[in-house]
Amino acid sequence: MPTANIDALRIEGVHKSFGDFVALHAIDLSIRQGELVCFVGPSGCGKTTLLRIIAGLEQQSGGRLLQDGRDISNAAPAARDYGIVFQSYALFPNLTVAQNIAYGLVNRRKGRAEMDARVKELLMLVGLPDAGPKYPAQCSGGQQQRIAFARALATKPGLLLLDEPLSALDAKVRERLRGEIRSLQRKLGVTTIMVTHDQEEALSMSDRVVVMNHGRIEQVGTPLEVYERPATPFVADFLGKVNVLNAVCLGEGRYRVGSVELSVQANGIDPGAQVRLYLRPEDRYLPDTGDLQALPNQLSGVVRSIDFLGTYCLAEVEVDRFEGQRLLVYYSLNQVHQYAIRAGSVVPFALRGERVRVFAAADR
Amino acid sequence: MDASASLAPQRSGWLSEGLVARGGIVLLALALFVFLTVPLATILVRALEARDGRFVGLANFVQIAQMPSLLRALTDTLRFALGTTLITVPAAFAFAYAIQRCCLPCKGLWRGIAMVPILAPSLLAAIAFLYLFGNQGVFKGVLGWFGLSSIYGMPGMVLAMSFASFPHALMILLAALALSDARLYEAADSMATSQWRKFLTITLPGAKYGLISAAMVVFTMAVSEFGVPKVIGGNTNVLALEIYKQVVGQQNFSLGAVVSILLLLPALAAFAIDRAVRGKQSAMLGARAVPYQPRRAPLRDRLMLLYVVLVCAAMLLVVAMAAFGSLVTFWPYNLTLTLRHYTYGIEEAGIDKAYQNSVVMATWCALLGTVVTFGGAYWLEKTRGADRLRPWIQLQAMVPMAVPGMVLGIGYVMFVNHPANPLNWLYGTMAVLVISTIVHFYSSSHLTALTALKSLDGEFEAVSASLKVPFYVTFWRVTVPVCLPAVTDIARYYFVNAMTTISCVVFLYSPKTQVAAVSILQLDEAGALGPAAAMATLIVLTSAFVSALFFLAEAVLVRRTQGWRRGQSN
Repeated sequence: MPTANIDALRIEGVHKSFGDFVALHAIDLSIRQGELVCFVGPSGCGKTTLLRIIAGLEQQSGGRLLQDGRDISNAAPAARDYGIVFQSYALFPNLTVAQNIAYGLVNRRKGRAEMDARVKELLMLVGLPDAGPKYPAQCSGGQQQRIAFARALATKPGLLLLDEPLSALDAKVRERLRGEIRSLQRKLGVTTIMVTHDQEEALSMSDRVVVMNHGRIEQVGTPLEVYERPATPFVADFLGKVNVLNAVCLGEGRYRVGSVELSVQANGIDPGAQVRLYLRPEDRYLPDTGDLQALPNQLSGVVRSIDFLGTYCLAEVEVDRFEGQRLLVYYSLNQVHQYAIRAGSVVPFALRGERVRVFAAADR
Repeated sequence: MDASASLAPQRSGWLSEGLVARGGIVLLALALFVFLTVPLATILVRALEARDGRFVGLANFVQIAQMPSLLRALTDTLRFALGTTLITVPAAFAFAYAIQRCCLPCKGLWRGIAMVPILAPSLLAAIAFLYLFGNQGVFKGVLGWFGLSSIYGMPGMVLAMSFASFPHALMILLAALALSDARLYEAADSMATSQWRKFLTITLPGAKYGLISAAMVVFTMAVSEFGVPKVIGGNTNVLALEIYKQVVGQQNFSLGAVVSILLLLPALAAFAIDRAVRGKQSAMLGARAVPYQPRRAPLRDRLMLLYVVLVCAAMLLVVAMAAFGSLVTFWPYNLTLTLRHYTYGIEEAGIDKAYQNSVVMATWCALLGTVVTFGGAYWLEKTRGADRLRPWIQLQAMVPMAVPGMVLGIGYVMFVNHPANPLNWLYGTMAVLVISTIVHFYSSSHLTALTALKSLDGEFEAVSASLKVPFYVTFWRVTVPVCLPAVTDIARYYFVNAMTTISCVVFLYSPKTQVAAVSILQLDEAGALGPAAAMATLIVLTSAFVSALFFLAEAVLVRRTQGWRRGQSN
């Protein structure tokens, strides 16, 4: 039986190649009981291949998979314990919603009444109590998604696999379902792995995020960790917006961009080394935080253009003495009005040096 | 917990499921090997042997090359096939264009009428043309207008073959013209492009591959046809007829084999071109294309309607002529209507069992063919394992399309007749007719099944596995019901073709398993045109009746089992 101290899933040195192409380099990863983990990365990063290997739909070239301590490396899909929701949902079009959900139950020789009760319970759970007699084609995309979810959960699997489950939906529905899936997963406590290419989805839903690129894991951590302390330039770039500045290390946490010296909390870099500074548009102080003069890294520049993004704007600022390097600066809509930000405005601000990440210039 | 103990039973369960998957593939590969590859290979071997079975190398080929009559047969075969292609493809293209791109009333009706020749053996056309333009034909005088003295020979062959091959070309061209992106036309309109230029620059290039495909299909059909030349060809000899004469007439299997190889060449060339062309077609139409809706153009629409009605009238005239011919007492001297050709005429020729045999054979082909074809395509598309056999099966499945029925028939007769063959008890049985006919029409049925299966969500099997439901349960509960229209299509296709085919079975029947379509040939040889027409008409009626039955059954089944399709408007 699964116990708290055994990992729900352990992946040990799993790799996969298709001929000469290496889809996955030796992957090591542990997934704990009850957590929701997102595999996120650009298309072709290997996240779907890894999920399919976990499901037994793809055979790994090497390495081991342990589910609840049991070696499932060579077990057939049917001999593993998981439920899966595909991007296409793969609902059986000729069966009703209730028949779809009961599909895996029929096989377990449960009584009719018990089965009906379970289907009803699941329909309630996903908020579609009356959908039972309908056919999938008569349901909306969001409803189909929830039906696929209910079908995957019907047999009470120990592991739930979600392969881009929201990407076929409209933006509004997608946002609503994110929350629903998350709360359902918490309520049931089912260990869940979700594959997505949408970084926002990954950050908003997961307990932990696994960022992948070119068949390797770049970083594993909580959403806040990977966002605020990206381990590699790729992670910084892939999750959210980021400014990249070419700089030279001056030693002792000081860096020169153009002809400006910035003080940044990042050590261990040799003086004179060419580096890149990564910082997010929101990592800045504006005059409303207090007297900018009292802060380090105080800058000013001219707004060249403004990108309006709803509740906030990104101003592209040509910073004085940065020698051509521009910076995206975050302004809430209120701040845009407050400081009358428009193209041509001169804006003062200060960078939050403690948030800046430094990578060697060759790292990219 | 003890991991190995809990794993053991599950693994053996998987093994047996994997075994089913791999076993199916191996069986399919074996069946194709025994009933397709080996018979064809037998031809190659036989071509290198003398009549008594001695190995003689290429001597047979040398002998053939020195026969001037054969060279003439070769050129006449090409003239016949080319002539038929040049008439059928443009005619079918215009017809398809009228249906898909013009505003005509009753499109379904015209389409249906144009498909009628598919229900008839090609011999029906030949017989009807004899009644229409033969020495005692109704419209014999019309021939003079075109400077022809007689319908016998090339003109009659080409006309009859054009009739028989028209629906085959039409099906391909209807599909080619159905796919079109309306936005291309809108873009052209926005640049004030003339109708004619739009036709030349958008419509024609869009249908290019369809046109080539249709031309290849018609050409191949004509190259392999021997019934039409036999009945209406007069003294014109073609390769297919030469094979018939060598094998059935003179029992010279070696020369028959050599000519078969000769016949295989143009058909193989056509097939290769068609394959190359089809490979390119898939990228023609993006997923985001907007379907084209024809707009009214009164003059064009009226002209096209006139054309369509004329073609349909000609189709019906040909069938009606054969039917009428089968009902008159003694053409053209005694036009009293009678059923004696259906009763006395057929009985007198000693072939009263032939019709019954045909129905039995067609039913078996429909049942067995559908199970094997759909099952095979499913195993190929949806199971895993035995990966090395799969490409080979895919290739084999397409071979029958390139092999003329006669060549397949010769292969079978040599294969089954071979004394060393453990299967030689098959000779002269109904089973060999059924098997060879299924193989003969395997390619298109296989493609139909494959297309239907590919349109299903590829993850059904994965979902089933995750729910611990074996794949065969999902096959029965989901795959078959969803593919039901394709399954009935395949069954109907097998039935109708088994009713009408001659080329393959002509070498394989025994007096006990004589089939209707072949008996037409014998009746014609015996000069019994009335009974021949009667038999042809009987075949058309049966095919039409069974097709109607299939449509009806499909409609009922769809209504009863496929309520889910109704909600699919979005």
